[in-house]
Amino acid sequence: MARSLAKIYRMGEVEVHALRGVDVDLYRGELAVLLGPSGSGKSTLLNILGGLDVPTTGSVTYQGRELSACDQDELTLYRRAHVGFVFQFYNLIPSLTALENTALVTEIADNPLAPEEALELVGLSERRDHFPSQMSGGEQQRVAIARAVAKRPDVLLCDEPTGALDITTGIRVLEVLERINRELGTTTAVITHNATIASMADRVIHLHDGRIARVDVNTAKRPARELEW
Amino acid sequence: MRALDRKLLRDLWRMKGQAAAIAAVMACGVAVYVMALTTLDSLTSARAAYYERYRFADLFAHVKRAPMALVPRVRAIPGIQWVQPRVTATVPLDLPGLSEPAAARLVGVPEHRPPDVNGLVLRAGGYLEPGRPGQVIISESFAQAHSIGPGNSVTAVLNGRKRRLDVVGVALSPEFIFQVREGEFVPDNKRYGVFWVGQTELAAAFDLTGSFNDLAITLAPGASAPEVMRRLDSLLAPHGGVGATDRDDQLSHKILSDEMRNLGAMAFVTPAIFLAVAAFMVNVVLNRLIATQREQIAVLKAFGYSRAQVVLHYLEMVLVIVVLGVALGCVAGGWLGGHLTQLYKQFYRFPSVDYRMDPGIAGAALVIAAAAAVLGMLMALKRAMDLPPAEAMRPEPPASYEPTLVERLGLGRSLSQALRMVLREIERRPLRAAISTLGTSLAVAVFVLGTCGADTIAYVMDTLFEQSQRHEITLFFVEPVADSALYDIKSIAGVVDCEPVRVVSARFRNGHHRRLAAVQGLSERRFWHRLIDQEGREIDLPPEGIVLSAALGRALGVEAGDTVEVELLHGRRTTARVPVRGLAEDLMGLQAYMRIEALNRLMREGSLISGAYVAVDPAAAGPVYEKLKNSPRVASVAAKSIAVKNFDDIMAENMRIMRFFNILFASIIAVGVVYNMAQITLAERKRELATMRVLGLTRAETSFVLLGEVWALAVAAVPFGLILGHWFSKVLIESMSTETLRFPFVLARATYAQAVAVVLLASLASGLLVRRGIDKLDLVAVLKAPE
Repeated sequence: MARSLAKIYRMGEVEVHALRGVDVDLYRGELAVLLGPSGSGKSTLLNILGGLDVPTTGSVTYQGRELSACDQDELTLYRRAHVGFVFQFYNLIPSLTALENTALVTEIADNPLAPEEALELVGLSERRDHFPSQMSGGEQQRVAIARAVAKRPDVLLCDEPTGALDITTGIRVLEVLERINRELGTTTAVITHNATIASMADRVIHLHDGRIARVDVNTAKRPARELEW
Repeated sequence: MRALDRKLLRDLWRMKGQAAAIAAVMACGVAVYVMALTTLDSLTSARAAYYERYRFADLFAHVKRAPMALVPRVRAIPGIQWVQPRVTATVPLDLPGLSEPAAARLVGVPEHRPPDVNGLVLRAGGYLEPGRPGQVIISESFAQAHSIGPGNSVTAVLNGRKRRLDVVGVALSPEFIFQVREGEFVPDNKRYGVFWVGQTELAAAFDLTGSFNDLAITLAPGASAPEVMRRLDSLLAPHGGVGATDRDDQLSHKILSDEMRNLGAMAFVTPAIFLAVAAFMVNVVLNRLIATQREQIAVLKAFGYSRAQVVLHYLEMVLVIVVLGVALGCVAGGWLGGHLTQLYKQFYRFPSVDYRMDPGIAGAALVIAAAAAVLGMLMALKRAMDLPPAEAMRPEPPASYEPTLVERLGLGRSLSQALRMVLREIERRPLRAAISTLGTSLAVAVFVLGTCGADTIAYVMDTLFEQSQRHEITLFFVEPVADSALYDIKSIAGVVDCEPVRVVSARFRNGHHRRLAAVQGLSERRFWHRLIDQEGREIDLPPEGIVLSAALGRALGVEAGDTVEVELLHGRRTTARVPVRGLAEDLMGLQAYMRIEALNRLMREGSLISGAYVAVDPAAAGPVYEKLKNSPRVASVAAKSIAVKNFDDIMAENMRIMRFFNILFASIIAVGVVYNMAQITLAERKRELATMRVLGLTRAETSFVLLGEVWALAVAAVPFGLILGHWFSKVLIESMSTETLRFPFVLARATYAQAVAVVLLASLASGLLVRRGIDKLDLVAVLKAPE
């Protein structure tokens, strides 16, 4: 739950208002899409929700806990225990195999899936011993998802997860996200500038120029497999 | 300023920590180089000027007694320029408030004018006044140690008679630049001095009126020293000549020369290590820089900059670091050289030493350091040169990894992911890991190398003073005496026991090999004065035959079982072929050992002794000294405990200074290498490390991946460093050995431990310095950009 979030960056002499008072809630088990053009503040919002960044003003509460008052170490523990991240450029550790990239997270989690199980979930069991350099972009992104969900996070935050992928692989990745959200009930937030993706969401939050333009509740969710762009 | 120069300066500023680390390592090497060579240069020119101006003798010859009438015949030997006949003797001193034995080297000089050879540099007062007996000129170091000068007096025991001498002058002589009692290692200016006394008076005191017992000779330019020595020996033999020697055997000259030679060695061994490390660091840093600037290089080339211009750009960048390092090293080296010269002046007495910094030495340092750096960057430069503009515009291909050897062997099951990352990173760049390991191992080696000299000296001193000489007093008589004197010594209250010693100078011959050496005759029972070899084993002395120092054996080309011709230069001067029973790797150089009875038989003399090794009750040592020094037949009394104390005092001071520099040098290398490696690792793996932080790994867990690698390499460097250090030390100690002086090679276990501790601590600290980079990782920015 975020209230009156504002984030101001200083870029040299210039102040950039990335967020100008945003109120947003994520509901348990939902799949929300944050939609907006580049520069609309959606990444900033995701970073703050994920405990990577703190707002200049305003508050973020997670299960009654005030995140905006946390220091770096507390934020680390928050990320470690509750948040799963999926990035546009996968960010796998190149020196670790698919299985080991997953294990990197399960080793420090309280009640994780087995790394093999997580890879099974994204359909990559047969690629478990491959290094990132031996996998395609889509496979790498699915490993990244496996790594993110293996710890059974409360929230899965995805920053342009298909941004670097072609449509076919992008759809596969979205199917995986859909399946995770459905089968594990993980609250999932996907940010994208691709409006098509919004139709698979429970809720679509439109961001524009650092403000929430409108929130649509999607009554007719479409399966990821039917998406096209 | 050209745009490219601006880029150069800004790039350098961005990597200032790494540049500073390289410059610091270079500066250390240059500082040692400059310090050693400028000091050596200053000493060399000071000594040359001193020797030249005050006519330091080229040859020395000692005889028992020769008439002055022989001098013109000596002068007539072709090649001889100046001859100074004189009487010399070492006598006990009677100093108020000093119960321990003190001695003076008495040197006879003409009363009416300073000596032609080994001239005196008067520092205070004046020269002797003719017709005024009882005057003395004393050496400056002795005068300073006792705070005395002209107007004071000293009492010496001349041939058993106490004699008061009035100090008229204080002087220096090129013959006694290093003033130390024969058989000791460090000067004791309180208990040993050089006194110049009127020749006539000194001769009279030792019943040598109209005679001399010592010659100091200078040679004409181009004269053949061996030929002159040969003719001199045959002329002096009937008068008890013990063989002419040249400067190489003159105590002061020899010690100074050895010290200068060691300075010369120091100028190359240590700097070479530092410059090698600097070259490695340049290699790693530049490789990294050129990898990250691929696109910039491509743009430059695309815009028409030539390959040479690009190469020159990076060359200039490194040369800026080199110039910084060399400038810093020259300043530090000059400062250290000035101090070292001051330190030398305390031990080596020159009229003046002007410390000077020869610009040629600084220039050479610059050239050598630049060459090392360029050598280090050759590979990186080639990469920059060969990079085609189009390919360079594309990012570097992603890194590919493999399971490590450990894992392929099936041992990897229990490894944590972080540990896997560390191991795979090391295996992926074996060359860099090797360079890093080698660099750190050189830090360990530098420490070991810096300490090995002290370890060797400590070992030699322990062997000499604890294992070998267990007696307190070494006593020599003016003339050999009957061995019944031992009973007289034993009867002195406070004397526990004593053992005899007979010392005879001898010339050894085997074929065309000849050497002068002393034969020591020792008793069968050697409890107080034992013969010990370098390994600490007692040397066996058979009833007949002779045992030679291994060094003497090598010089003569003889081995155990051979015979050697021995010409004894005292008494009847008998010559005999003596069977060599063994060679002993002893600590003292050119020596020969026999049973005292066998030596006396060879001499065809009765049971005579030259002196005695006396064990005393420590509580009664004072009265024993007093009794011995007033005994007319006693020429010299040396106390071990005082020699040991003097030595320990000087060593303790030197050790402190040396330890400081060893720790400093080892730390600079270790910090330089580890800091640079960690910095580069951080730069290269920023993205991974940030990802780990985002995934919820703590700073400590993330740091493990960064520092695990550098620390693992530092730990891996330890055994190599110990081996390298061991090896370097061995080379250094061997390079310091001469024909007459061979040092055992000793490294204390504590040295290894200290080296490891210093280097690991420095690595730890520099790793932690870089670790702060993890706290500053911009998590958000790093995740945005593609690889």
